[in-house]
Amino acid sequence: MEKNNNAFDVALSLLLNLDASLFQIVALSLQVSILAVLIAAVLGFPLGAAVALWRFPGRGAMIVLLNALMGLPPVVAGLMVYLLLSRAGPLGEWGLLFTPGAMVIAQVVLVLPILAALSRQKVEELLGEYREQFISLGMSRPRMMPTLLWDARFALLTILLAGFGRASAEVGAVMMVGGNIEGVTRVMTTSIVLETGKGNLPLALGLGIVLLFLVMLINAGAYLLGELTRRRTG
Amino acid sequence: MSSFNVPLLASSTLVPPPALCFDDVAFSHEDKVLLGPCSFNLDCTGPTLVMGPNGAGKSLLLRLAHGLLSPTQGRVAWSGHKRPRQAMVFQQPVLLRRSAVANLTHALAVNNVPRRTRVKLAYDALERFGLTACSNTPARVLSGGEQQRLALARAWVLSPQVLFLDEPTSALDPAAIKAVEAAVREFHQRGTRIVMTTHDLHQARRLAGDVLFVSGGKVREHTPAEAFFDAPASREAQAYIAGELVE
Repeated sequence: MEKNNNAFDVALSLLLNLDASLFQIVALSLQVSILAVLIAAVLGFPLGAAVALWRFPGRGAMIVLLNALMGLPPVVAGLMVYLLLSRAGPLGEWGLLFTPGAMVIAQVVLVLPILAALSRQKVEELLGEYREQFISLGMSRPRMMPTLLWDARFALLTILLAGFGRASAEVGAVMMVGGNIEGVTRVMTTSIVLETGKGNLPLALGLGIVLLFLVMLINAGAYLLGELTRRRTG
Repeated sequence: MSSFNVPLLASSTLVPPPALCFDDVAFSHEDKVLLGPCSFNLDCTGPTLVMGPNGAGKSLLLRLAHGLLSPTQGRVAWSGHKRPRQAMVFQQPVLLRRSAVANLTHALAVNNVPRRTRVKLAYDALERFGLTACSNTPARVLSGGEQQRLALARAWVLSPQVLFLDEPTSALDPAAIKAVEAAVREFHQRGTRIVMTTHDLHQARRLAGDVLFVSGGKVREHTPAEAFFDAPASREAQAYIAGELVE
């Protein structure tokens, strides 16, 4: 107990002094996760809207697949990306394995189904309400897509935050494809695992606090957005 | 409502509005015939009021005429070479989750109106329908009456040759009903063909030029308004006017 209290003090002083190694790890974590979520949004939101708008063979199967992939275990995503990017893999020539780029790809794989599946639900709900008015206005399906995505903007932001929460909190995928290399691919979650294993509890705790703080910040953001939506759009 | 200005896209009142022709039209769903078969020709000046009890098929008739639904039999045709510009105002206005003015500019953008003129047209229409004060208010927090006026303003900016209204006042209070009826008259004066459903006899008397009476999925008669209210031709309409409960 005595030792843990000590560790807590050290963790706090690391945080308050903006310790360089801690700062670097936090910054890389944010960079990787934010980039991954943005890429996943650019791909996932139009995909979700398209599945909501068009009827095509296999649509039901696609919805089930997207919903199921929301729960994709990070280590499986990591393994898939590892196999793709490893020297012998189809994309081995890119030389991305054990770089931040590989971590971004792995997190995109994890987050994309969440963004696509949840935005599909939201857009379909809106479409049910708007459909007759859209047809009355003479809108084609491709023209409906931007209107629906814009009108779902508050819900999409909340979905985006959920995606960011998943990306920043997972450890399995980035560990496998990033390799937890100090100064290159070490992020918060992987270093918490490593430092705890090494017995360096202060750094692990300091990182844990930052991570917790970030998750709380994201949830507060999601809550505020939800409130704002209710007030702004009735 | 302000004085009558000629908007940029207005159709001229000199040109009669396109005539609507139902040619043996029927609509069935799962082997049940919900409307028709019916044939009629809307070529009079109107406004045409579609009347009848609930569930008679009034809304269905409007949706078939507007093209929201395709008939399972027969065809809906318009005079002239191409389908006229049309708009529809629903019982429950469907408004986008944006400001009042953005709802109008969106409708204009969808109809390929150049970006430069959109905002001006939108504000003109808001002023005409007494909504200038709430131009930047989110459309969905407006009152019921304001929302319906905004839906009418959205139809207005599109300068439709034909306007369909499906029970536009059934959820409104008298002041809001008055505003909607005034707007309908303004559309009519601009040369827009009005086709509107209602089950309010008083409203029909105030607005109708001719009446299309529907009950039990059948068009019972199509008569000029005075004749309809004095002495309806069909038994169903006689009962309806007399205040009996018609199915």
